[in-house]
Amino acid sequence: MSLAVTINNISKSYPTTEALKNVSLDIKANELFGFIGPDGAGKTTLFRILTSLILPDKGTGSIGNFDIIKNYRDIRKVVGYMPGRFSLYGDLSVEENLQFYARLFKTSIKENYDLIEDVYQQIEPFKKRRAADLSGGMKQKLALSCALIHKPQLIILDEPTTGVDAISRKEFWALLKKMQQKDITILVSTPYMDEAALCDRVALMQEGSVLTIDSPDQIVNNFSGKILGIKTDHMHPLLYDLQQMDHPNQVYRFGAFVHLVTHEDTAAYSKKIKTFLEKKGHDNIVVEEQKASIEDCFLALMNKPETP
Amino acid sequence: MRRIRYILQKEFLQIFRDKALLPIIIIIPIIQLVVLSYTATYEIKNIRLVVVDQDHTPDSRALTREFTGSPFYKLEGSLPNYAQAFHLMQKGTADQILVIEPHFEKNLETTKKASVQLITNAINGSAAGVMQGYGVSIINGFHNNIQIEQHPGQAKGLPIQTDTSYWYNPELNYFTFMVPGILVLLVSLIGLFLSSMNIVKEKELGTITQLNVTPINKFEFIAGKLIPFWVIAMADLTVGLLVARFWFDIHIAGNPVLLLFVTSVYMVLILSFGLFISTMAQTMQQAMFISWFFLVIFILMSGLFTPIESMPAWAQEFNRINPLAYFIKINRMIMLKGSVFSDIRNEFFILAGYAIAMLGFSTLRYRKTS
Repeated sequence: MSLAVTINNISKSYPTTEALKNVSLDIKANELFGFIGPDGAGKTTLFRILTSLILPDKGTGSIGNFDIIKNYRDIRKVVGYMPGRFSLYGDLSVEENLQFYARLFKTSIKENYDLIEDVYQQIEPFKKRRAADLSGGMKQKLALSCALIHKPQLIILDEPTTGVDAISRKEFWALLKKMQQKDITILVSTPYMDEAALCDRVALMQEGSVLTIDSPDQIVNNFSGKILGIKTDHMHPLLYDLQQMDHPNQVYRFGAFVHLVTHEDTAAYSKKIKTFLEKKGHDNIVVEEQKASIEDCFLALMNKPETP
Repeated sequence: MRRIRYILQKEFLQIFRDKALLPIIIIIPIIQLVVLSYTATYEIKNIRLVVVDQDHTPDSRALTREFTGSPFYKLEGSLPNYAQAFHLMQKGTADQILVIEPHFEKNLETTKKASVQLITNAINGSAAGVMQGYGVSIINGFHNNIQIEQHPGQAKGLPIQTDTSYWYNPELNYFTFMVPGILVLLVSLIGLFLSSMNIVKEKELGTITQLNVTPINKFEFIAGKLIPFWVIAMADLTVGLLVARFWFDIHIAGNPVLLLFVTSVYMVLILSFGLFISTMAQTMQQAMFISWFFLVIFILMSGLFTPIESMPAWAQEFNRINPLAYFIKINRMIMLKGSVFSDIRNEFFILAGYAIAMLGFSTLRYRKTS
């Protein structure tokens, strides 16, 4: 049975920063829920509160029927946590690490093997290897195995794909999808916006606040502007030049292009850009309308001046 | 409770896997015990003596021979006057100067007062005391012999005969005195460092985060952390006692089982101190400095190197909270004096109470959540 998560008006301050400002969220049971946001957005703080590692300054929350403050003992039994930093014992082997955590939860690798099978199989050939000697991607798989070994109903993964190569990232997300099918609620944070599209719903966080919560498709649908992709043979000064036009916030690099967000008529605006760039000395100018990606939406949301 | 067992398994696995740590906790203490016991001695050999004999008579030469014949002295030179001898002391090549005044023999024979002068380099105060003692006892011995020689029937010149004997350590053997103390020092060092560093290491590596989200409670955690080091410290002590017995040939006067029992309680105190330090420190570097801070004070004030009785009153008061002071005392009482439990009862109960209080205090301070 997977668990739902509710968070009401949670705030947490550290001596120099306000890490979370009145955060409220509802996460459904068995949802694959993503937290997207830059470093310092408050994702880790929120996860540490949910896993009972720190207490919020104010606000309430529950995981299933358990209060996150009062029933922390119960929560520790049903939640699996994978911290952002590799937190297993580097001097113990893969198998020893897994066995140790299994035993602490009074279970065994054998008993819950079916649950971790998909993940663990990939590192099982190296089970005698010390955890410190594993590659980044394998470390994450071991950490996920350890977080799953006690058959949790909710797993919380703090930036599991940070610092992992592109292929391992893909594999890791495929594993998460499989876990979801085993009736587990999954909370995952990531600084990579492209990974947001793989979640059922995402919360975009910035500076301790949640900017938006929606499904990736809906977030793209809600995007109000239009995207112009621009390319010339002088890419280097292009960004700077475009920022001289009118809305410097809404110009940013995007792959091989520079993206510009506009609410005006695209055909007319494209012409305006072309003439402007020609004057600046650019050649081979390409301006085309592109479909907004989820990253465009996030960047637009993050740059939006705060409404009082 | 079963979880303690799993933590213990994990700890021992990690300790025995650590190729650097194992020798540090088993072999190095033994080497230190052997090396330090030879070097931490108050015995002074090869005192460099300069003689200024202004008498040049058989008696003055006899006195000089008394000195040069002693295993503690080495004749650096004979010089005609004090000024030249003093020059050598200033240069640092002489430790002691013996000045025999003119008419030494004549004065002795006419039973008038004969005088010699003994000048000792006191840059190292405690060494000077020892050298002074050696010198005076040689002169006294010489004086005794002269008395008997000159007045065979009546040894009246020396009305009080002092017979010195040193109880509990009859030969004033420094090994007997120092080895138990150094042993205490080593197990304290091992216990304090291992316990304070270990938990901080988990903090520093972040492994404590993963551990904290498990259902393990803090009592299980603390027990799982302290028991391995307790075992190691006890093993160290046992090996140390064997070295003392078979290498230094020190016979433990008391019951070794009593000693081990007291140590087992003492180690709880030291490990609790380590736990306390680990609640204060965030990094291993901090833990190390805090441990050293406590340890240096505890060691230097413990009476291991200088007698507590000669410390100022406030320092003696301070030693009421110095675990090492109690333990060194108990240790010497058992090893040298053969004390039984009733003799050390007071110190033992203080130590035990202290251990329980410290363990409770540190456990309260330790938090799983930050």
